[in-house]
Amino acid sequence: MSGILVVAEVRRGELRPVTLELIGAARALSEQGAGPVAVALIGADAERHAAAVGLAGVQDVLVVSTPQPQFEAHVTQAAVQALIERRRPALVLAGHTIDSLGFAPALAARGGLGFAGNVTGVQWSEAGLIAERGAYAEKLIAELDFPGKDTVVLLLRPGAFAQAEGAGDASVERVQLELDGAARTEHLELRDPPAGDVDITKADFLLSIGRGVEDEERVAELEALAALMGATLSASRPLVDAGWIESARQVGQSGRTVTPKVYLALGISGAVQHLAGMSKAQTIIAVNSDPEAPIFGVAQYGAVADLFEVAAELERQFA
Amino acid sequence: MKILVPVKVVASLDEDFALADDGTVPPEDLDWQLNEWDSFSLEAALQCNEGEDGEIVAVTVGDEQAHQGLLSCLAKGADRAIRIWDEALAGADALAIASVLAAVVREEQPQLILCGVQSSDAVESATGVALAGLCELAHVAVVTAIEREENELTVQRELEGGTVELMRVSLPCLLTVQTGINEPRYASLRAIKQAGAKPMRIAGLGELGLDRAAVSAHAGSRTLRLKEPAKGVGAALIDGGPPEIAARIAEIVKAAMNA
Repeated sequence: MSGILVVAEVRRGELRPVTLELIGAARALSEQGAGPVAVALIGADAERHAAAVGLAGVQDVLVVSTPQPQFEAHVTQAAVQALIERRRPALVLAGHTIDSLGFAPALAARGGLGFAGNVTGVQWSEAGLIAERGAYAEKLIAELDFPGKDTVVLLLRPGAFAQAEGAGDASVERVQLELDGAARTEHLELRDPPAGDVDITKADFLLSIGRGVEDEERVAELEALAALMGATLSASRPLVDAGWIESARQVGQSGRTVTPKVYLALGISGAVQHLAGMSKAQTIIAVNSDPEAPIFGVAQYGAVADLFEVAAELERQFA
Repeated sequence: MKILVPVKVVASLDEDFALADDGTVPPEDLDWQLNEWDSFSLEAALQCNEGEDGEIVAVTVGDEQAHQGLLSCLAKGADRAIRIWDEALAGADALAIASVLAAVVREEQPQLILCGVQSSDAVESATGVALAGLCELAHVAVVTAIEREENELTVQRELEGGTVELMRVSLPCLLTVQTGINEPRYASLRAIKQAGAKPMRIAGLGELGLDRAAVSAHAGSRTLRLKEPAKGVGAALIDGGPPEIAARIAEIVKAAMNA
């Protein structure tokens, strides 16, 4: 068992950026002794991304053609399983993304493989593989090992690993797999979110609110505060789920990714999916009543306080 | 139809928790609650069966801490509940838990399994789809809408960036359900009182035809230890009361906007 198999992610004909992070992580593991790196491109016309993934440090690009143009979880599961049987990699790396969540746990469970999701750190040594992921809602980090597992599937959190760069000279191999009949769902259509009357991705200053607001009646006060401060109001998922805020204002993995000059987070604890959408803001300020809130891990400035007491004082500051 | 709803009672850390020397959390520093995602999957099950004969079975793998969580599922409308426990399952990973749930699926033969997308403590999003893999069931992860016509479901899968995929899947199948798909109901006081009278089966591994070795062989990983995130990265704390905090935030905002 040796080597690393990276599962590239393609949607609507585009290579998703997490793929380059997977290759970056694979290259680092390869340098630690985990063996050569192969990248699997699975899709209807995935071969056109061969050059984009055949970066320095990648030995093989494996192109698997699928019967249907869209990602289908059971087809990808069958394809990766077949590649594992052929190549016997020690490690399979995919993104902790919606598509991978649809096939990787089934693949690992079915094959008796090692598995960890939402991985933020990984190390290879003679002694074995160690992976890290959050525990207790990210307040702690769990160190994991994989005793007795010849192949370990790791889903790496997007944004946690540096992207690979630099052209390489990987060989490209077309792998013929029998995938007809593997699909168990039927694709109907992709629907993009409604545009909404605001584009939070264009705002320089976002005042973003979260679960700490607790009361729908108080959203209006914070909207008024945002206007007073010259900020655009945005929110984390729970407020959108509750119907208090329109979905066009949602920041996070399932909402918008924003990079404003200032991101002022009031009452947002900072779930992983939220951080994925805002951690690249230039200046992040967080106010939260819980000193252990993960948002303080990405903020440059933090205050442990009641958000409404701070909001009332901000109103005075900006009046 | 018969719907199985696997749920988890999750632990959250008290504000003033302290890690023990062996890298574990002392039990007294934990609060236990039904996982947020699972109130949405239970509600989805209740809505799927509205106006027709059917049965909803809530199941969990957990110790006595999980009892209350199952009672709340019964109070909201689940018909019966199953709790499986063995001390060897403490700290079991998602794949090991899925192997236990798979034994329940083999017994119960549900037409539909509705799981939460993830648990709020581990955030790994693995148990549901791992269960589908073990049972060789068709599955869709991260579902935000479900419509049923006979044995066909039309579901909406949530992708990154707010885009959704509409797709069709046939029963039997497993879906993992995202928050916001519905408005989970609250149980009435009367229903809470009556929940205790509904059937609750408590079983060990042996009763499901499992043993510790089989479950541990399914585990995908082992937790070596817990540690605190590295200090020294993260926010510079602003001291003082709300007036001082607001004044400092105003300064930072102005400086950053003019930079």
